Amino acid sequence: MIEISNLHKRFSKFVALHDVSLSIKRGSVTGIIGPNGSGKSTLIKCLLGLVNPTSGTITINGSVLDGACDYRQSIGYVPQIARFPQDLTGNEIIDIVKGLRKEPATLERELVERFDLRHELAKRTRALSGGTRQKLSMVLAGMYDPELLILDEPTAGLDPVSNIRLKQFIADHRDQKRTVLVTTHIMSDLDEMADEVVIIIDGRIRFAGPIRELKLQTGELRLEVAVARLLEREAA
Amino acid sequence: MRLSLHIGWYAIRDVARNRWGLLYTAFFLVVTVGLFQLQAQSAKVAVSLMSICLFLIPLVSSLFGTIYFYNSREFVELVLTQPVNRRTVYFGMFCGLGASLVAGFILGVGLPYLFFMTISQEQLLSLLLLLAVGSFLTVIFLAISFLLATILDDRGKGLAAILGVWLFTALVYDGLVMLATMAFSDYPLETPLLIAVVTNPIDLARVTLLVQTDWAALMGYTGAVFNRFFGTSLGVSIAVVALCLWIVTPVLIGLRQFRHKDL
Repeated sequence: MIEISNLHKRFSKFVALHDVSLSIKRGSVTGIIGPNGSGKSTLIKCLLGLVNPTSGTITINGSVLDGACDYRQSIGYVPQIARFPQDLTGNEIIDIVKGLRKEPATLERELVERFDLRHELAKRTRALSGGTRQKLSMVLAGMYDPELLILDEPTAGLDPVSNIRLKQFIADHRDQKRTVLVTTHIMSDLDEMADEVVIIIDGRIRFAGPIRELKLQTGELRLEVAVARLLEREAA
Repeated sequence: MRLSLHIGWYAIRDVARNRWGLLYTAFFLVVTVGLFQLQAQSAKVAVSLMSICLFLIPLVSSLFGTIYFYNSREFVELVLTQPVNRRTVYFGMFCGLGASLVAGFILGVGLPYLFFMTISQEQLLSLLLLLAVGSFLTVIFLAISFLLATILDDRGKGLAAILGVWLFTALVYDGLVMLATMAFSDYPLETPLLIAVVTNPIDLARVTLLVQTDWAALMGYTGAVFNRFFGTSLGVSIAVVALCLWIVTPVLIGLRQFRHKDL
């Protein structure tokens, strides 16, 4: 599904990604974790074409990213911060995205119901809470039933009910052989949702593989502790 | 183009409900009505209005454009994760915001003008000229603000830069030209002054009005030279072409920057 090879990104003097190579299988839920500033968001933005790699190649669904935008037809993205034009309503935000695509938004109604947004969409986005705006982002990301769903810190600001619905949404995606890429700092969420984990520190991949393998390697049962153990070993 | 118009249409809807956008229109409405109450002759109202427009439109367009661009950053990123190219998004936002500000200005000035002015061909022409020049200035300074906001990631630096541009073009520039004129008064200065006019959009806007009207109150030194040397029709042609270039150039550079920018 996603092949990243020798990806390197430099911002002026700061190197955000060092020679990153990674393969993500179709139908998997992969968590990307790492400290703040480790390169998680840069990696995701490279996949989305928002950041131009200094060198290296990215292939998504067989298409090599070369500046064209068509490959994004199969991607849904939930950003870390959900900000919209404040004087437009939720419905208008959805209409903007729908106007940019040719195919019908098959899951729009289902997702609006799932995230309980029906009565919120007529309001201007300035009147919506952070959590509600985040749910609106999820509708935008999921309404075209994308083959690849990328979520950047999706659980931040969500109430417990929406949190459960989000996890169910991700599980449904996996069941339908869709690929999910998620960054989070909440290890328990990741333990629950993901099959694979990628640990990035200082722009370098320190571990990439199944969560169970990480636990096996470190001899820990909880992902949180397993990650801490791995980082301790790296530091030693 | 269809997608740019789609994005632009929603930018228009956003600005039409924005309190600052509404305040901008209301300001011109109140000022124009107020001027008509104070001065019975629409020619004098036009002169006062033009002074306000030359000063205020660049400032408001610059600030509004810069703030709107920075505030839309996260949403622009979200839109760019759709199968749409960057040129479309940038151009759509620019057109939408430009159309909103121009409409706000035209409504604010045009409505009371039409209501109060004495109907004559001359008056109507002066109104149309006022609206056209104001619209040009709106779009020019919006284009410059988008360019600077694209280049400078930091909001504070972006705002400082656009305020610097406004301060220079609206206030400092003519003073420098005047000083240079005095310092080199023994030399033939027509050509350098013509170049000086073309390189400042506010002076260009002023000159465009001068060559069409007798609004002597607006006569800066540079405008007088331009008028004297080129006469009416040629002067207007050159000024209009230069005004268009002042729109096209920052838009093209901004588009180029935006296409290669890391978001």
